[in-house]
Amino acid sequence: MANEIIFKEELAPEVKLIKVRAPLIARKAKSGQFVILRVNEDGERIPLTLIDWDPKDGTITLVFKEVGASTKELGKLEVGDHIHDLVGPLGKPSEIAFHSKVCVIGRGVAIAAAYERAKKMKEAGNNVTAIISARTAKQLIFKDAFRKISDRLYITTDDGSEGVKGYANDILRSLLESGERFDLVYAVGAATLMRSISETTKPYKIKTIVSLNSLMVDGTGMCGCCRVTVGGKPMFACVDGPDFDAHLVDFDEFRARIHMYDKEEKVALKIAGECGCRS
Amino acid sequence: MQKLEVRLKQVRMPELPVEERLHTFNEVALGYSEEQALAEAARCLQCTRPLCVEMCPLHVDIPEFIKLIRLGNYTEAAEKIRQKNCMPSICGRVCPQEALCAMGCKNTIGDPINIGALERFVADWELETGAAVPEIAPSTGKSVAVVGSGPAGLSVATELAKRGHNVVVFEALHEPGGVLIYGIPEFRLPKRVVKQEIDYVKKLGVEIKTNVIVGKTLTIDDLFDEGFNAVFIGTGAGLPKLLGIPGENLCGVYSLNEFLLRINLMKASLFPYKSKTPIKVQGRVAILGARGMDAARSALRLGAEEACIFYQRKVVGRVDDIRRGLEEGVKLQPSTKPVRLIGDEKRWVKLVELVKLKPVQPERIGKPKLIPEPGSEFLYSAETVIIATEHIPNTIAVANTTRNIKIAEKNKTIIVNQETLEATNGIFAGGDVVSGAASVIKAIEAGKRAAQSINAYITKH
Repeated sequence: MANEIIFKEELAPEVKLIKVRAPLIARKAKSGQFVILRVNEDGERIPLTLIDWDPKDGTITLVFKEVGASTKELGKLEVGDHIHDLVGPLGKPSEIAFHSKVCVIGRGVAIAAAYERAKKMKEAGNNVTAIISARTAKQLIFKDAFRKISDRLYITTDDGSEGVKGYANDILRSLLESGERFDLVYAVGAATLMRSISETTKPYKIKTIVSLNSLMVDGTGMCGCCRVTVGGKPMFACVDGPDFDAHLVDFDEFRARIHMYDKEEKVALKIAGECGCRS
Repeated sequence: MQKLEVRLKQVRMPELPVEERLHTFNEVALGYSEEQALAEAARCLQCTRPLCVEMCPLHVDIPEFIKLIRLGNYTEAAEKIRQKNCMPSICGRVCPQEALCAMGCKNTIGDPINIGALERFVADWELETGAAVPEIAPSTGKSVAVVGSGPAGLSVATELAKRGHNVVVFEALHEPGGVLIYGIPEFRLPKRVVKQEIDYVKKLGVEIKTNVIVGKTLTIDDLFDEGFNAVFIGTGAGLPKLLGIPGENLCGVYSLNEFLLRINLMKASLFPYKSKTPIKVQGRVAILGARGMDAARSALRLGAEEACIFYQRKVVGRVDDIRRGLEEGVKLQPSTKPVRLIGDEKRWVKLVELVKLKPVQPERIGKPKLIPEPGSEFLYSAETVIIATEHIPNTIAVANTTRNIKIAEKNKTIIVNQETLEATNGIFAGGDVVSGAASVIKAIEAGKRAAQSINAYITKH
């Protein structure tokens, strides 16, 4: 049956991977696209990046972090459970092409999304340098997978518990300062990471793509909740993105808009905790 | 004498008291009681050449169904309407009767007959007592894919199913109904009513598949490959058009669609207990554009201190709904145009700068033009802003197809043969995606017309 969870794994504390039966989506999915799902009847519509898909199997793979009430609900579903609503693939596919030297950067739960792009970039014949970063060693996901597909892998943690102590941007900057050049940099993660990477590559005029995880409702261009200014023009991340030229993105605006409902998120979380349902 | 008075005045439909309305999304217009319906039906002159029928886009036999009400045959009255209109309980609520059937009412010495209220009365009666499913023609073995489950799609599906064709409706969202579900608020059109009408369509054998975006999940080519003999595109005009003024992406600024989608489809008014989708309505709410009445009324129900619509000439809406909005406290500011939105240091909207417009008579004949009056700029402080201007047709269905479907460059509508509604061989389109944002009843009419052409097409091919 469609939407059934057939595999589940905890990759890191609060970070889970699920494989879901979704033959129609698996058949059409392309790199960089996403799905929207609802866990139950009164659930939010949650956008999640497609990490993997198998048209033969009819399955898709999603990775998410339990940050809000809705993702916590999703985390409670077990193998055999069904996702109430699942729609996709959404968004414009990433441009996967041969650029020669590519650097792919991911942080936290977004390392999974970075891995998907890096793998496709490698398959397209690129030399792939990967930088993955997290707050602490436990949160470094897809490490071995990255090792397999990257020509070079840099690991950083904020607390130094694994790899280099510091941020992904520090690594990129020192690479560039030591004369290293890339034809394309691809960054996915929190707004601060994407902005700092963008600022680092700009003086070097290196084409830099970021994947914007804007807030969304329908995900099909109907509501404009995900709008962001790119190159002075309003763009909808759901249909014009999620990939955009980092050097053109208004990150201040992007950051403000993704935090619009932070207060409400906290309220929802508190209520989800208090009622104690299914926990 | 008393009798004449009764004949002159329309029987007033009971409404929720104003003070109660602002605390609930429950329906405002409560509908006629049987007694009231009989009294109103008695006012009909039963014209021999009824203009009301002509003025109705679906040509519902209005005098006939009113006659059946007088006889107490409510179910038959509803069936009479259903012969021409597949969604009577919806049209009875949202049709702008004053500009359609009731405008043609020849009861010239008094108020026109409240045709909408009578339609609603019999339709609700029928749905409550269980609508009889009409006879369906034997299966033809032909199948039609309908893209979009709004009024146009449901109408075409109903007509084709009755003719014995196999119909599958594809809906992008998680709930069927299109604009009836995401666009029109509960207090004007309860979702229970929409669900009942959709159940009726399902009873005809129509299958509705939600969470399928034609153009993404499946393409039109896939639909033909799967064996559908024809495709109907009824995807509506659901894309927002922004104003293109500075500050539009500040926090607290919503498109009309996002605002209504959160409330109507995602039930944000029930956040955080029965819905996980939040909405922010705080302080004063500025609604920019003539299509903002539903948003303004919703904002007041969500606790807005004030809801003011800034627009140029005329607020879009039914006369009754505009009156109800004003009763609820919606403020109107005509002849104004927004210039820019101003935010605070955290990028939340705080002020709207507007300019007054003055009419200027054109040199030759014609409507006066509205032009900004220099120096008339003023500020309105608002913490929530809703942009309620135009809507653009949604043509995502046409994405990734090899079929030659033409889209008008100017207004993004799908170009069709105006009579048959055929866009290209075997692909038909109708409703707002062809006409631009119009009305529910016009979409139903288009669906009926398309059903005829599709029926002819698939019988031949």
